[in-house]
Amino acid sequence: MASMASVLRRKLNLKPFLIQVRFLSVSSHAFETTQRIEKILVANRGEIACRIMRTANRLGIRTVAVYSDADRDSLHVKSADEAVHIGPPPARLSYLSGPSIVEAAIRTGAQAIHPGYGFLSESADFAKLCEDTGLTFIGPPASAIRDMGDKSASKRIMGAAGVPLVPGYHGDEQDIELMKSEADKIGYPILIKPTHGGGGKGMRIVQSPNQFVDSFLGAQREAAASFGVNTILLEKYITHPRHIEVQIFGDKYGNVLHLYERDCSIQRRHQKIIEEAPAPNVMNDFRSHLGQAAVSAAKAVGYHNAGTVEFIVDKVSGQFYFMEMNTRLQVEHPVTEMIVGQDLVEWQIRVANGEPLPLSQSQVPLLGHAFETRIYAENVPKGFLPATGFLHHYRPVAVSSAVRVETGVEEGDTVSMHYDPMIAKLVVWGENRAAALSKLKDCLSKFQVAGVPTNINFLQKLANHRAFEDGDVETHFIENHKDDLFIDPNNSLLAKEAYSSARFSAGLAAACLCEKEHSFLKEGYGGSSLHPIWYSHPPFRVHHLARHTMVLEWDNEFDGSGSNHLTMMISVIYQPNGNYLIETGEIGSPGLEIKAMHMHDHDFRVETDGLSMSISLAAYSKDETQHIHIWHGTHHHHFRQKLGIDLCDDEETQHKTNFETASHPPGTVVAPMAGLVVKVLVKDESKVEEGQPILVLEAMKMEHVVKAPFAGYVHGLQVTAGQQVSDSSLLFIIKVSQC
Amino acid sequence: MLRKLARKAISASIKLDSHPWQANPIHVLPQRRPFCLGVLPNGVDRNSEAFIGNSGAMDDLISELQSHINKVLAGGGDVAVKRNRSRNKLLPRERIDRLIDPGSSFLELSQLAGHELYGDSLPSAGIITGIGAVHGRLCMFVANDPTVKGGTYYPITVKKHLRAQEIAARCKLPCIYLVDSGGAFLPKQAEVFPDRDNFGRIFYNQAVMSAEGIPQIALVLGSCTAGGAYIPAMADESVMVKGNATIFLAGPPLVKAATGEEVSAEDLGGAALHCKTSGVSDYFAQDELHGLALGRSIIKNLHMAGKQGLINGLINGLNNLNLEYEEPLYDVKELRSIAPADLKQAFDIRSVIARIVDGSEFDEFKKLYGTTLVTGFARIFGQPVGIIGNNGILFNESALKGTHFIELCSQRNIPLVFLQNITGFMVGSRSEANGIAKSGAKMVMAVSCAKVPKITIIVGGSFGAGNYAMCGRAYSPDFLFLWPNARISVMGGAQAAGVLSQIEMANKKKQGIQWTKEEEERFKTKVVEAYEREGNCYYSTARLWDDGIIDPADTRKILGLCISASMNRPLEDTKFGVFRM
Repeated sequence: MASMASVLRRKLNLKPFLIQVRFLSVSSHAFETTQRIEKILVANRGEIACRIMRTANRLGIRTVAVYSDADRDSLHVKSADEAVHIGPPPARLSYLSGPSIVEAAIRTGAQAIHPGYGFLSESADFAKLCEDTGLTFIGPPASAIRDMGDKSASKRIMGAAGVPLVPGYHGDEQDIELMKSEADKIGYPILIKPTHGGGGKGMRIVQSPNQFVDSFLGAQREAAASFGVNTILLEKYITHPRHIEVQIFGDKYGNVLHLYERDCSIQRRHQKIIEEAPAPNVMNDFRSHLGQAAVSAAKAVGYHNAGTVEFIVDKVSGQFYFMEMNTRLQVEHPVTEMIVGQDLVEWQIRVANGEPLPLSQSQVPLLGHAFETRIYAENVPKGFLPATGFLHHYRPVAVSSAVRVETGVEEGDTVSMHYDPMIAKLVVWGENRAAALSKLKDCLSKFQVAGVPTNINFLQKLANHRAFEDGDVETHFIENHKDDLFIDPNNSLLAKEAYSSARFSAGLAAACLCEKEHSFLKEGYGGSSLHPIWYSHPPFRVHHLARHTMVLEWDNEFDGSGSNHLTMMISVIYQPNGNYLIETGEIGSPGLEIKAMHMHDHDFRVETDGLSMSISLAAYSKDETQHIHIWHGTHHHHFRQKLGIDLCDDEETQHKTNFETASHPPGTVVAPMAGLVVKVLVKDESKVEEGQPILVLEAMKMEHVVKAPFAGYVHGLQVTAGQQVSDSSLLFIIKVSQC
Repeated sequence: MLRKLARKAISASIKLDSHPWQANPIHVLPQRRPFCLGVLPNGVDRNSEAFIGNSGAMDDLISELQSHINKVLAGGGDVAVKRNRSRNKLLPRERIDRLIDPGSSFLELSQLAGHELYGDSLPSAGIITGIGAVHGRLCMFVANDPTVKGGTYYPITVKKHLRAQEIAARCKLPCIYLVDSGGAFLPKQAEVFPDRDNFGRIFYNQAVMSAEGIPQIALVLGSCTAGGAYIPAMADESVMVKGNATIFLAGPPLVKAATGEEVSAEDLGGAALHCKTSGVSDYFAQDELHGLALGRSIIKNLHMAGKQGLINGLINGLNNLNLEYEEPLYDVKELRSIAPADLKQAFDIRSVIARIVDGSEFDEFKKLYGTTLVTGFARIFGQPVGIIGNNGILFNESALKGTHFIELCSQRNIPLVFLQNITGFMVGSRSEANGIAKSGAKMVMAVSCAKVPKITIIVGGSFGAGNYAMCGRAYSPDFLFLWPNARISVMGGAQAAGVLSQIEMANKKKQGIQWTKEEEERFKTKVVEAYEREGNCYYSTARLWDDGIIDPADTRKILGLCISASMNRPLEDTKFGVFRM
């Protein structure tokens, strides 16, 4: 039966889709239990798609990727055995298009679809569509997704199952007066939240009763715009909350267990950026209570496959409350994998295959500690705004059994505006929290991205913060410590330190650039027949040392004045022994002699002042600017260098049809040649824009449009259509003022 | 046998060490190449008194040289340099640094031209010239220094400009003129304007080189007034920088005086006018860096494919070139210790050659004949050369041997390197009777007519007809450099004093005047002093009798660059005149 179904699937084309669906839906149950998954379509992109395929590969399961136009050359496409194009870049036309994805699965003969996270992962409709088509949806049953997708409904179910809930109002009655009285009952501060959706959209914190109405209406509007449903719930707002979530797993036989908790309190814009497992500063008692509550929650909805039960923990009282359940594999699942030594994607596939859970609750180990940081293309100083751009240089840290880098991009890829700007997840493991944290700091300082702004530097600051080192985390961590985490432009001591560190880096970068140039020139100048002695090192000068002066611009975060880059003049003086003497022109700063060795590609070893260190350097040009990135120790600096503009077409001087001449006052326009006035397009004294056509001349069988050289008022326009004008005769004057 | 020959070479050399072999055994024959005949012995002993004395004397000379150089490198002084910077202009050497390929070498010429020549100091004669590579193509750079007298042309400035053009024309190097000059220095117009090799010759050269297909590129980075305006106007392609560059035959003040028209410099002859309206210039640059970038791209786009082999082509360029060369076996820095402080002391030129040529390998030609002239084949940075060096007075045989060797090199198209340390041809009755004049004439004929690249380094004295036979300035070597100890004059000061005092005494005697011993000594001292002053290397280099004074330790490097630059041209057959037999 099953084999017949697959034969049919192959034979039938996509056109008679409905017939096929109906036919297969009848057989779906039998099919699920007898047919093992041998090919998976991953209905996602980026790192998670790559991560799922990696496990599939290991298990001998073939993979199918889907991609939009924007992802044609993406890593996830290259990582798959097959890939199907499913539409244009906007997600709703591609990665959110359930039918196209199901079609792709049928076309390639995949038996299962893994939705990853985001996109269709929590779409009950999609899960249903898969079930109906006879495809295995690797995830929970559609019913569980539906139950948990509605926040109010989920809370009702959880309340009934005895899972503690944050005091609040989850009623359908949305009358504003009623809502307000409910709010008064719960007590302020109050959290207003849409029942659907997530990601912090539409959420409002109301401190006092008089702000309630405005916030409520705002939340409704935003919810309607984002999710199409404007129902709102109210909750007690917890002043010092931690976000702790429990990874649960269930099989199709009613077994559910938990894989300990993750603390995801470090968030910006309500999105997690550092996650860890297990949660720090938590008693074992608490841990098992939390785990049991999560298991009860899952059982309440007949859950199977991977899920996460999120709790809000009141730091003050130690109480935990159910927040929501995520019916998918989470972004941060690797930290759990690291501490339990299991592959959750493998578990997902096995459960989907109908296998029972491989471990019992008591068999789940708890090994060491793990961190995950999400490396985003974003502009931290500008409120973590997502950034886009080309990854000119991308070198994540080396992976090992204790370091994982989950990435969906490669050097040369573009971080596009269409999707999430996450570049990678850095996951580290250590024997204990302190060991893991040291590793995290080290890895962050070695994680190299150039081309787009990233949050790496910010993550470093977080990881190095005392409170974070102590595990003293809560969801307001960044807000509470913003003075330490963000640059204070008034702190002149730090500003000075930052400047001298940048200046040192600039010197190192300059020396390495010269060294790289030298290794490039060793064989002469790119294919020319010139004798290589002209490119000897150091370059020869008669009776003096060659000097290479670079003007580097450094983005100065300390300068609050708006123009936030600082220009540094770096002189590299080639020493006879091949070293570089760096002079920065600062009074009282002695030159810095640097010996630089180009190891390979981007890597250098430099010696200066008795200190030897490794350096990485990435340089690329963009918009007539050379961008130079340097990494050494825990430092990363970015400098810009203006390039001479090569033969650019200059609008101002070469293409403008403005017939001004020097002997007339500015704004005077004269006839470019003798000719006939064909048309006069504006009236005298009228206001014109720059480049606006004023009149048309005809000469030598060609029409010439005479335009306003700049915006202003037309003066002295005397010529009329049909009039002959002589070469260089005055046509009109443009004046800035009306008279 | 080998040892014996080597020993002979040493014994002919300076007596630096009374026991050269004991003190310095077998260094001469490196172990890795035990059987290479041509490897020269070390020839010096670092521990000898002479070595130490020579080094000390040379160190003094070099530090004196360096102090003069440091002055000229600073340009026209702090005030002028600051003013230049305030106009967003770079100094001429900085401009060149940005034009040549990054990290590449630049062979600057005649840095000390104009040294103590006029009442005013005129660092580097107010113009920087030299050879460097742009996109792998060697070019001659001629850059006015606006910080020196506003970049105006003194007579020596013109001479230096013309010399650069002469080298460019000979070596077929595209010329890049970095123009920033107020034109001729009017107070000295009589020495700048009228003669053949005066200001007008600059444009004549541009025209002739352009006709020969040697690109002439002008980058106008500052003012370019009056006669100077013809430099960009005569150029094949030119660039002007917005705001700073102006070209006009007469500046605003003169225009006002002449016609009453009041006009700003920018409107009268700015980049916009000349790029848009007059067509005097071709490329409009937003700023100086843009202008320099345009200069680089013009050279990149020369597309000399149609003239393959003419400019940096392969016909002469890399032909017969071994890029797998070895450095000399001995430290090139020791070249600073070879030339004796006292010119009267002889030294073996082979110890210089040993520190100039690849692997110190020198295949000596006619080693046993005419031994006061050393001739032989070697390579410098893989480039084959024929070397002619003096090891004493030129005799009949030496002159004949030199002539023979020059003929050889001419026929084989091997560049000639002359290492001059010559007091002259042998005088005396025997010599005259042997026809020394005839032999000398043969060598002069050969030197004059040889069409191969010729490079002369004066490593010691350069006196009398020896200067001629060894390719002095009058024989148009492609390049001529001096060591700081060099002396050039028709004869030595003492000899001249002797000759002149004899004549003077005879004259006085005719007039019946008796010369006292003191008077004679005073007379002689005056002559010696004049010869001393005028024979000095600074006197020479200030007047552009050479292309610069070099640190002996740079000799190999500079020779390498010069040979490479001079091999840029197509082969030319040598035709000799009538040799007096």
